[in-house]
Amino acid sequence: MVEILLDATVRAGTPILFATLGAIINERAGIINLGIEGLMLIGALAGFAATSLSGSLLIGVIAAFVAALLAGSVHGFITVQLRGNQIVSGLALTMFGIGITALFGRSMVGLTIAGFERLTIPGLSMIPVIGKPFFNQDALIYLSFVLVFAIAFFFYRTRWGLALRTVGENPAAADTCGVPVNLYRFLAVSIGSGIVGIGGAYLSLASTPMWIENMSAGRGWIAVALVIFASWSSYRALAGAYLFGGITAMQLRFQAMGTTISAHILQMLPYIFTILVLVISTVRLAKGASQQPESLGQPYDREDRK
Amino acid sequence: MRLIAEKRENSSRLFRFSAPFVSVLIALFVAGFLLIFAGVNPGEAYVEIFREALGSSYGLSETLVKTTPLIFAGLGVSLAFRMQIWNIGAEGQIYMGAMGASWVALFSGIQNHWIMLAAMFSAAFCCGGLWAGVAGFLRAKWRVNEVIITLLMNYIAILWVDYLVYGPWKDPKGFNFPLTAQFSDAARFSEYFDTRLHSGFFLALFCALLIYLFMERTIWGYEIKVIGSNPKAAQYAGMKTGMAIFLVLFLSGAIAGIAGFSEVAGLQHRLQHGISPGYGYTAIIIAWLAKRSALGVVIVSFLMGVLLVGGDSLQISWQLPVAFVYAFQGLILFFLLASDFFIQYRVRLKGGRANG
Amino acid sequence: MLQIEKIRKTFPGVVALDSVSFSIAPGEIHTLLGENGAGKSTLMNVLTGLYRPEKGQILLDGAPVTLNSPRDSLGLGIGMVHQHFMLVPAHSVFENILLALDNIPHFFSRKTLKKKIGNVIREFDLDLDLDAPVWRLSIGAQQWIELIKLLMRNCRLLILDEPTAVLTPQESKRLFIVLGKLKEQGKSIIFISHKMREVMEISDRVTVLKKGRSLTTLQRGDFDEKRLASLMIGEDQIPQWEKQTHVVDDDVVLQIENLSVHNDRGLSDLENFDLSLKRGEILGIAGVAGNGQKALAEVLTGLKTATAGKILAGEDDITDSTAKRSYIAGIAHIPEDRKSIGIAPDMTVDDNLIMKSFKSRAFRNWIFQDRKAIRSNAEAKIDQFAIKAGPAGNPVRYLSGGNIQKVIIARELSERPAVLVALYPTRGLDIGSAEYVHKVMADGAADGMSTLLISEDLDELLKISDRIAVMFRGRLIGCVDPLKTSREEIGLMMSGEGAP
Repeated sequence: MVEILLDATVRAGTPILFATLGAIINERAGIINLGIEGLMLIGALAGFAATSLSGSLLIGVIAAFVAALLAGSVHGFITVQLRGNQIVSGLALTMFGIGITALFGRSMVGLTIAGFERLTIPGLSMIPVIGKPFFNQDALIYLSFVLVFAIAFFFYRTRWGLALRTVGENPAAADTCGVPVNLYRFLAVSIGSGIVGIGGAYLSLASTPMWIENMSAGRGWIAVALVIFASWSSYRALAGAYLFGGITAMQLRFQAMGTTISAHILQMLPYIFTILVLVISTVRLAKGASQQPESLGQPYDREDRK
Repeated sequence: MRLIAEKRENSSRLFRFSAPFVSVLIALFVAGFLLIFAGVNPGEAYVEIFREALGSSYGLSETLVKTTPLIFAGLGVSLAFRMQIWNIGAEGQIYMGAMGASWVALFSGIQNHWIMLAAMFSAAFCCGGLWAGVAGFLRAKWRVNEVIITLLMNYIAILWVDYLVYGPWKDPKGFNFPLTAQFSDAARFSEYFDTRLHSGFFLALFCALLIYLFMERTIWGYEIKVIGSNPKAAQYAGMKTGMAIFLVLFLSGAIAGIAGFSEVAGLQHRLQHGISPGYGYTAIIIAWLAKRSALGVVIVSFLMGVLLVGGDSLQISWQLPVAFVYAFQGLILFFLLASDFFIQYRVRLKGGRANG
Repeated sequence: MLQIEKIRKTFPGVVALDSVSFSIAPGEIHTLLGENGAGKSTLMNVLTGLYRPEKGQILLDGAPVTLNSPRDSLGLGIGMVHQHFMLVPAHSVFENILLALDNIPHFFSRKTLKKKIGNVIREFDLDLDLDAPVWRLSIGAQQWIELIKLLMRNCRLLILDEPTAVLTPQESKRLFIVLGKLKEQGKSIIFISHKMREVMEISDRVTVLKKGRSLTTLQRGDFDEKRLASLMIGEDQIPQWEKQTHVVDDDVVLQIENLSVHNDRGLSDLENFDLSLKRGEILGIAGVAGNGQKALAEVLTGLKTATAGKILAGEDDITDSTAKRSYIAGIAHIPEDRKSIGIAPDMTVDDNLIMKSFKSRAFRNWIFQDRKAIRSNAEAKIDQFAIKAGPAGNPVRYLSGGNIQKVIIARELSERPAVLVALYPTRGLDIGSAEYVHKVMADGAADGMSTLLISEDLDELLKISDRIAVMFRGRLIGCVDPLKTSREEIGLMMSGEGAP
């Protein structure tokens, strides 16, 4: 029972985990990205379409990454090079994503593909309770584990990561050290968006191997809130994403058990929970437990007079 | 050689005024390519949009019907914008307003037409206001990000209304459709010219006038503008910014809530699943396009009304998904943001040398 | 070594630099002297590649160079300690320095690098913990980090933009010793200041900038304080003003007892602070920036709450924020950061002038604003304070720094306050405007207004204060009489050492 619930938790949390990691990369560079929801949809559709055309899941994942990267780079160009309002641009990206996937997804509705299958990792999967849920999963889930560590390593152990963090904290300081601020920001937005796209692909290639219009259903927004819960750390993002995976798993479990509580009420739970978590983590942040990137949301213009 | 951007000393008025319209035109152009990819002839599609929405008195009345909730929601969102507060939750506030009004219409038993409408109005006002007020309270008290809260609450509001219309409020005689019983005549707006155009439209125009006076003439409007321009300065001048944030978000949500009231009293005459097909999201674009003016909200709402009516007809004749309008709206915003840049900066090509 | 020829740079509406030329030799300390707004900082931002000039050229070792970005300048060995430090407060000292280094491989040993930085720190007798986050350090220490960043990069030309503004006189001396050592090593230093005393002390040559032009360059021995001052100010009209000897009442207007204030990070900004302010007194507060002055001003004006202690106004205890609110109306406040908290930048001068009194009957009819009254109020104030406000309806952000300051002062003094709390009111102003601000405060004192003047400019404090209190790390070190004290005595107190 615990194993089944944990397994469902990991599977439900993974798309949110990818999306949160992508959003963290954006925000670490100082750019708010409210287009996560749209990017997930773009990733989901691109991944599904490429897989059903080529028959290869790998190509599907790459297509999801590239499509979301390209869409995200529009947000990057507008907010970084053109110094446009980040909130409005992000909302525009979400709207664009919802609309364009609805348009191009018409012909994909009803098609089926063979989704990701489980790969058992010998040894590790034999650990009692947590072995199966974490090490008898599909390749994308293993990729998400790797990504969590890779991002932490990048931020805290490489000079590029240091430069990226500085760009988000104080772009002028980075600039005077010779760091090309706009390039870093643009790349962070683009690559971060690509990772969000993989989260979308998880929905259409692993969770339910098919395309459904608007299938992200608010997960992108939950990811945006989780970034604050995670206080911009990839390890805490993992914890946050699984927390939500857990809520979703329980909610599905309840429904499967045929409870008398309305499905509509149960579906509210993740959103209500996200709001609670956001409030709690903001209050905690305000008390100085951790810091958001100092220049988050502010465009950088070298020639602005201070 | 490299491209460099320089701040302009002053931008031309004409350019600033025309930018929103130019953005819409460029967005139409780019969306044309998307339509081609989707197998639709953009020329024909655009002609159809304008013919359907403006080509006949019936089409025009339908456009005004769609314009009505957009004006309310647009005014609500733009009011919060003036204070640099982002109310992304107009959609949910419309649902909650519609729910409040429907609750009065269905269960209060009031017979008098005007008392009924006043009670419905008040209920919608309070429900929409309180729904946004939650975000306002959290923002004022702990600086919780209002963008995320208002947005997540949209999902909750929609699910809540779904719960009601699929569950306790479902019309027993409704053949199991997700809708409530019809309102009594006391709870309905008058309709005009044998069309679906209802009193809500005139109420919306009146509301725009009130907001204009409120923002431009009253001491409260002044306070909101100061807080919007520089919250720290406002605090330093002794203004209670926290209270102002709560009240403005409340008012913003309340006005969006009236859109819900107007929809159920004027158009649907019942509460049902999907009462707003995304008016609350379109309102964000309207508020941004209209910059700061209440009059601008009315004009842009009409423009968006044209698009929605046209979009509906495309859905019927070309089987385009409704959500396609979102892609179009996203494009408009992108180009508007880009045009803001060209209003503020002059871009020129410059040689590698710093002399000359 | 470096030659600058006829540089021109404009910003929307202003010519910041208009044909500036000068040169610098190896092993030279070259001072740029000029009033605020003369273009010193802009010129340096051109040299470091932050700003691109429209005209003119820069020659390095005789060859023209293009500085399109800080990367180009750093590559040529030009580095700068900016007035606003370019540090990330949340990162450690080590991380801040690490980012500035360009000649290390992508995979490196943190240990050896730390050792290398440690050697430089020791060479100059400094004391820095590499693992401490920068926000924990004093502003003086942060300046050392900036310097070490440049030294680690082996810059040939170091630019220091008003480095002594945040140092005690003693710390400044130490900085000058370090600069002397660097000079011996053959490095060139551009030193920016408007403090005549320092300029005399360390400069080999001085170039005077005025209104975006380089006026002249003088060799050591050719200049003295008087000559430089007259060059710097030129024929500008300085309002004539002399301090009147006025009698300070013995009435205590404001009594602060044992006051403590904590900041967001839980550190204390003020600690057991005691002070009393008398009617008609100008009480100067001296201290290096960041020693609790801002917290003191904010707690008095109701922007912050006290964690302990009392504020008494006459007999009334006004520590509690609700009781204070009614009293605050009587306390005017000229904030430190005028653009970020003093004004609503997008609104007009008219609107900014009524920010504190928009609810007063004079400016409204019922709930509607009385635009006529607001306009005539603005006309009166613009006239009285000689504000160059531009056409009516101009947003206040288009005004110059000095005029913005005048708008704030006009607004703050319009309610005839009993107490004025002024933070660095003349910082960034040209001499004429600064004199004007001094005159306004002195006139107010003659009318019985009490002023708390917080400043880092000892000359200013000595000139107009009736009494000077010195702060260090949130505590009051002591009070001195400006007529009987010396700069050295105050300087020692500012570093927390001597007390009278």
